[in-house]
Amino acid sequence: MAEAFVFYTLSGLILGLAVAVITTPNTVHSVLFLVMNFLCVAVIYVVLAAEFVAVIQVLVYAGGIVVLYLFVVMLVNLKGDPEAHQDPRRLGVVFGLALAGAVLVELAVIVVYSYGREPSAPVRAVAEFPAEIQGNVAQVGWLLYTDYLIPFELVSVLLLVAMVGAIVLARRDS
Amino acid sequence: MEITPAHYTILSAALFIIGVIGVLVRRNIIIIFMSIELILNAVNINLVANARQLENLVGQVFVVFVIAVAAAEAAVGLGILLAFFRNKETVNIDEMNVMRW
Repeated sequence: MAEAFVFYTLSGLILGLAVAVITTPNTVHSVLFLVMNFLCVAVIYVVLAAEFVAVIQVLVYAGGIVVLYLFVVMLVNLKGDPEAHQDPRRLGVVFGLALAGAVLVELAVIVVYSYGREPSAPVRAVAEFPAEIQGNVAQVGWLLYTDYLIPFELVSVLLLVAMVGAIVLARRDS
Repeated sequence: MEITPAHYTILSAALFIIGVIGVLVRRNIIIIFMSIELILNAVNINLVANARQLENLVGQVFVVFVIAVAAAEAAVGLGILLAFFRNKETVNIDEMNVMRW
């Protein structure tokens, strides 16, 4: 009961803020709606008992990526909205929204229809943890360092490459 | 009503569609980047919800990797944007249509 109330409230907030992100003409407002969206998604992760992912969401997404976007928005320093002003009652908007609604209804029907059926492939057994690994953070860390060590190291190389690339791209030619 | 992972998948699908609409409709490239982040968040919600139902934490490990890749992609994308903006002072993607000039 409580979870249903929390879920519907958070879903409404997440989807409403997402629509605000893509419709606000002011870019700074859009970034602020995005950070509120990320915080609501972090709360959803806590509801789903994924505390490590929730904290990573707040630290990396809301605290890192959104700050980066805000920096770039301020650096670009637009004077007024550069987008072309079109008649908002043009037919393409109505047709596009109808199409998006149809796709969503179709996805929902597929999800509801397939939920609860037997999976066509056998589901992999749950990971076995040693007895002293308790708690969500310890278990995710254990998986990262044993079964998924190679992807973990590859991600660190990826981040290094991205950092070098971003510095080279944004550097002034001197 | 009990909240099943199907509910979370539908929420993820709706957020995904909103992100795709943002990428397709808006002309400001920063808004397009932010819509891509919305798409990645939708995928993350789906992964975490199904990880809880199957009681397999591999879904959450995958989410950590998706977040790391999203951070790397945001950094490089904004670096490209800054490099482009230095040459041509626009963030409208309709005007970003030449590779060199």
